[in-house]
Amino acid sequence: MRKTLRAAGALLLLAPWLALAAPAAKPPAAPDPLDSARWEDMRRQLFADAPVAFDARIKVSAPSMAENPLNVPITVDATALARDLPGSVREILVFADFNPIVQILRFYPGQATPFLGFRVKLQQSTPLRAAVRGDDGVWRVGGAWVNTTGGGCTAPSVGSASPEWQRRLGEVSGRLFARATDGGQGQERVRLRIVHPMDTGLVGGIPAFFIQELVLRDGQGRDLMRIEPNEPVSENPVFTVDLAGNDTRRIQVSGRDNNGNLIQAWLE
Amino acid sequence: MKTVIRALPALAAQVAQIALFAALALPAAARAGEESYQNYDYALAPRRIAADTYVLVGRNEDFTPRNGGNIVNTAFIVTDDGVVVIDTGPSRRYGEQLRQAIARITDKPVVRVFNTHHHPDHFLGNQAFAAPTLAALPGTIDGIRRDGNAFAENLYRLSGDWMLGTEAVAPAAPVAAGTQNFGRHRLEAIADLGHTDADLVLLDTATGVLFAGDLLFHGRAPTTPHADIAHWLAALDHLERLAASGRVSLVVPGHGEVAAPAEPIRQTRHYLRWLDATLRQAADDGLDMNEVLALPLPPDIAALAVSEAEYRRSVGHLFPAIEQEALARHGGRP
Repeated sequence: MRKTLRAAGALLLLAPWLALAAPAAKPPAAPDPLDSARWEDMRRQLFADAPVAFDARIKVSAPSMAENPLNVPITVDATALARDLPGSVREILVFADFNPIVQILRFYPGQATPFLGFRVKLQQSTPLRAAVRGDDGVWRVGGAWVNTTGGGCTAPSVGSASPEWQRRLGEVSGRLFARATDGGQGQERVRLRIVHPMDTGLVGGIPAFFIQELVLRDGQGRDLMRIEPNEPVSENPVFTVDLAGNDTRRIQVSGRDNNGNLIQAWLE
Repeated sequence: MKTVIRALPALAAQVAQIALFAALALPAAARAGEESYQNYDYALAPRRIAADTYVLVGRNEDFTPRNGGNIVNTAFIVTDDGVVVIDTGPSRRYGEQLRQAIARITDKPVVRVFNTHHHPDHFLGNQAFAAPTLAALPGTIDGIRRDGNAFAENLYRLSGDWMLGTEAVAPAAPVAAGTQNFGRHRLEAIADLGHTDADLVLLDTATGVLFAGDLLFHGRAPTTPHADIAHWLAALDHLERLAASGRVSLVVPGHGEVAAPAEPIRQTRHYLRWLDATLRQAADDGLDMNEVLALPLPPDIAALAVSEAEYRRSVGHLFPAIEQEALARHGGRP
C-alpha cells in the first residue's frame, strides 16, 4: 500500500516535467537492456549530449555470480563491432552503474585488438558496461549484470597491510603467447601483472593510490595501446591484451601511478 | 515439462497433475527426510552405520533457502561415557535439532563435540552444545574466531531465516593428534591439512569408522575456498595408507554418502588433480580468467553433483595464484 502511494506521488511530481518534455524533437531514448535504475544518470554524467546507442556487438563477459568482490573478472570484446563498422572503436570506457567509483578504466586499443581482460573490485551487484566511442562520435554500449556479496571497494588492499609491496611496487611479470585466430591469422596475446595496491581511498586513513596510465610499445618504441585505469581495478592488476600479427618479439611496458611512481619493463 | 504432460494420455496427465498438486499442498512437516522451510524443520533422521554409530547425511546441493544449509554430514557415537558428536551443522536450529535427534536415541549426555574444520556448515550448530564439550584443532579454533561470524552472515544471505539466532562459537578445547578413550570406543585423532589449514580426521578403532571431514567428498564436487591442493593430495595419500592398513571399514565423508574408503578417496583425488592440471594448462595457454571460467567440464567431472558451480568458485579461489606463477616464470626485466 505504502509503495503504491509513493509511486503515485512520484508520478504526480513527474507529470509536469513529462508534459514539458513531450514536444521536444529528440526521439525517445532506447530502453536500457539491463533495466538499471541508474542508466539515465550514467548517460547524462558520462556522455552528456553525445549520441548513445546500445549495441549487442559489444560483449562484456563476467561471472553472473562473482565469488570474490575484490577480484571480479571482466572481459570486454568489441572485435565484432570493429569488424562490421571500421573506425567505430577508438576509445572504450568501462563503468559500473552501482559502484561508488563508477568509471573503472579507459582503453585506447590503437594497434591492439579491441579486446581487454582484467579484474575489478565491486561494492555491490551492478551492471558492468563498456561504452565504445568511434570516429563518428557515437558511444555504443554493451554490458552485463554481475551479482556479488559486495564490499570490494571499502576493503583495505592486502598490500596496504604488508611492507612487501613497498619493495616490489611497480614490478611487472608477464608473458607473450602466440595464438591463432578464427580467421587463421596469427595473434600475439600479452598478459601482464603489476604489483600495486590500487587503494580506492574509500578505506579510512588509506588515500587513493592507483596506476593511472599504462602503455605498451613495440621494439621500435611505437605505441601499441594505452590503458587509463581508475581505483576500482583490482589490486596487483592483471591485463590481457591481444595484438594483431604475430611478429612482435619484444614489448615495452611503461606507466605511472597517481603518486608519480614509474612502471618500466620489457616482455619478450 | 509442459510438453511432456501434454504428450501423456489425458487421464495420466490428470493424475500427474493431481499428484504434483498434492505434493505441493501437503503440510510441510509431513514428508519424512525432507526439510520444511515453513517451520524450519530439517527432519533429521540419524542412520545407524556401525555399532553405536549414527550419521545424518545431508544433501549433495549448494546452500539454498529450501535446504536451510543441510548439505553436510554430521555424526555421533553413543559410548558408555556419553555421546561424542562430530560436526554440528550449518545453523543454531540444526544444532538444536541434532541434539533432539540424539535424545530420541539415548538419554546419555553429550560429553564431547568435535569440529573437523572451520567451515560454517561444520560448526555453526555449536551454540546448541555446552561450551566445555566443544573441541577442535588449534588452527580450526583460530579460523572460527577470525572468520566465524562473517561465515554466519554469508549463510544468512544464502539460506535465509533458517539461520535465525546463529552465532559463531569457537571451541575452547584444542585437540592434539593422538588417542582418546570414550567408553570402549578408542578414537584416534589425526591432524592433517589441505581442504583448510587444519583438518581433523577421527578413526574409531572399535568400529573401523573413519570420520574424514571435508578431506573426502563423495558424489559431489569438492569445495576449495581455503584449499591447498598439494597438501590435500598428500592428505589423501595418508588416508589411503590408513585404509590399506585394514583398520578402516567405512568412511563418513564431509559431504556425500557413507562408503568403503576406496571410492571417495579416488573421486576426491581425481577431481583435485583434474582441477589443478586444468588451471595450470589454462595459465600456460595464456587464457584470461573469463575464458577459464567458460571451459567445458569433462563428463566424469560433470557427473559429480554441483560441479559446474564448484568449478567456477574454484577458478576464483585458485586461478590468480596459479596464473601469477605462470607469468612470473617469464618475468619482465626493467
